[in-house]
Amino acid sequence: MRARAETALITAGALALAFALFGLFLLANRLNPLEVYAVLWLGGFGTSFSLQATLTQAAPLMLTALCVAIPARAGLLVIGGEGALVAGGVCAVLAGVAAAGLPAAVGTALVCAAGAAAGGAWIAMAGALKHRRGVNETISTLLLNYIAIALLNHLVSGPIRDHTVSLKVTSWSIPQPYMVDAIPGVGVHWGLALGVLACLAAYVLLRYSVPGFAIAVLGGNARAAQLVGLPIGRLTLLACALGGAAAGLAGAVEIVAVHGAASSSLVVGFGYAGILVAFLARQNPLAIVFFAFLVGGISASGGLMQRRFDMPDAATQVLQGMIFLCVLGSNALYGRVRMFRVARAGA
Amino acid sequence: MTGTELGWWGVALAVAGGAIRVSTPYLFVSLGETLTEKSGRVNLGLEGTLLMGAMSGYGASYLTGSPWLGVLAAAASGALLGLLHAAVSNLPRVNDIAVGIALFIFGTGLAFFLGKPFVQPQAPRLPTLALGGFSDVPAIRAALEVSPLFFIGIALAFVMHWALPNTRWGLIVRAVGDNAEAARTAGYPVNLTRTLATALGGVFAGVAGAFLSLSYPGTWAEGLSSGQGLMAVALVIFARWNPVHCVWVSLLFGGASALGPALQTVGVTGYYYLTGAAPYVLTLALLIASSSRRHRLAGAPGELSINR
Repeated sequence: MRARAETALITAGALALAFALFGLFLLANRLNPLEVYAVLWLGGFGTSFSLQATLTQAAPLMLTALCVAIPARAGLLVIGGEGALVAGGVCAVLAGVAAAGLPAAVGTALVCAAGAAAGGAWIAMAGALKHRRGVNETISTLLLNYIAIALLNHLVSGPIRDHTVSLKVTSWSIPQPYMVDAIPGVGVHWGLALGVLACLAAYVLLRYSVPGFAIAVLGGNARAAQLVGLPIGRLTLLACALGGAAAGLAGAVEIVAVHGAASSSLVVGFGYAGILVAFLARQNPLAIVFFAFLVGGISASGGLMQRRFDMPDAATQVLQGMIFLCVLGSNALYGRVRMFRVARAGA
Repeated sequence: MTGTELGWWGVALAVAGGAIRVSTPYLFVSLGETLTEKSGRVNLGLEGTLLMGAMSGYGASYLTGSPWLGVLAAAASGALLGLLHAAVSNLPRVNDIAVGIALFIFGTGLAFFLGKPFVQPQAPRLPTLALGGFSDVPAIRAALEVSPLFFIGIALAFVMHWALPNTRWGLIVRAVGDNAEAARTAGYPVNLTRTLATALGGVFAGVAGAFLSLSYPGTWAEGLSSGQGLMAVALVIFARWNPVHCVWVSLLFGGASALGPALQTVGVTGYYYLTGAAPYVLTLALLIASSSRRHRLAGAPGELSINR
């Protein structure tokens, strides 16, 4: 309990510092930070309309954050969420087009499963390279992001392009019945429920299941895991595949709930923002739900801030970068805050 | 003969010329990363540094009218981002790779935020050396328009190659990178050395950015860099932390990047995006080929977190 309070306090402090630094940055650019933060609140959280926009952003962020958090449990730093999301989106479209004519619910489930499988396979590649050849997973997943985006651009500009749409370069669309609606009364698509469920499932799996425990042992000390005879290769692959499947599912959700077809609209940085969410949550799947909401709100408010202050839309990215740096720096504080140290010594 | 009549020879020529042009940013970024990694740190945020360098170089060149002042401004912004990386990474229990990812997001955002006013105006560009004066073929002349930064980069590679094993500073950097505990015991300041190495690595990456915005392609726009800063980390592994090898590897990558546009000129189209992915696929393939499951890579600094 005390450890949790320590985490909450230090993370809140890091966030406060980041917002203060961003305020100074705004002052240096002749903007009033209080006005900007008021608009950020309005655009991200203040109205039911902006809350809907925020939750719509939060859904894919939860899933891409899991793509960092689950492999992190195994001691891997995977940053391939963007690529896995794209791979999942493309394969979701292919599955939907190939399996037209099924009952709606079956079709939707199939499309989502295809996306998850593709994303899982995409990141599992990096896991296999790590285990078999010792290729650093951070670098390989980063390269795989670029390769996935190039493949997407190639496919939608030729082989799977819908030539009946002339205004936009986009792929064929999945059958209309496979698309999902908003959750009744909330105004946000079902991907949000899926994201929360995935986070809960990941939490239970990592905390209370045998494979989850084995993954944690591997992440804690790879040598010890080897000595007690754990199947390191299979666990590495499992952690990568599960993480990738989450990001691939995010791609499929973007297809069935938002776009209906694959295009460069899939590449909007959910993968990279998901890394921030995972680190803010300290790789805890339950905390991811909350921080995806927070980061989603910052992203969602970008448009309004841009219109109101004539700011470049990169402003939200600057803020996200500052938050990321402050949260990483705050790692140094653990075990050093006197309040918690004294409490611990007494316990 | 004109460029189009050269046919496939034209492709080879364009790839060679492109290799020289496109390799320059790879060269500077990989030299900077080599220096940083030699001190035992990884800076994965050089993509952000590259973009900040490109923006500040372009802006300074536009405002002062001197492209070389632009290069200086780019170097300064690179140093600042390098110092930021080092300052956060110096804190206990902070993962330098994660800091790099944060700086990648931060630097990219900052470059586009501050660089918005410079998207329209045209800034003075860096001069080039026309080495193709002997030929009448326009394609050859175009291929041999070489930026002086290319030669500065090659000179730097040889200077680093000599300085790392032969100077006091070089030996301190290597000692800190190979075994921080031993270096600390011998009285060398570990964090200060790494801070300076990361800042200087940032300077190199900043100059690489200035090349992008002031020489080739020579403009400031979104999508200016295409992951050169990220690929540098993989490139350095393939070059085995050897500055002279960085030159060859950069030329190889420059050629790979020039392949797509060159093929388009002879009418091979439809694979534009796939040939554009060639550098990434090449990086991954080389990384797979040069990694090993059992041994630490030859030449790898002992303290490096990406090799554990």
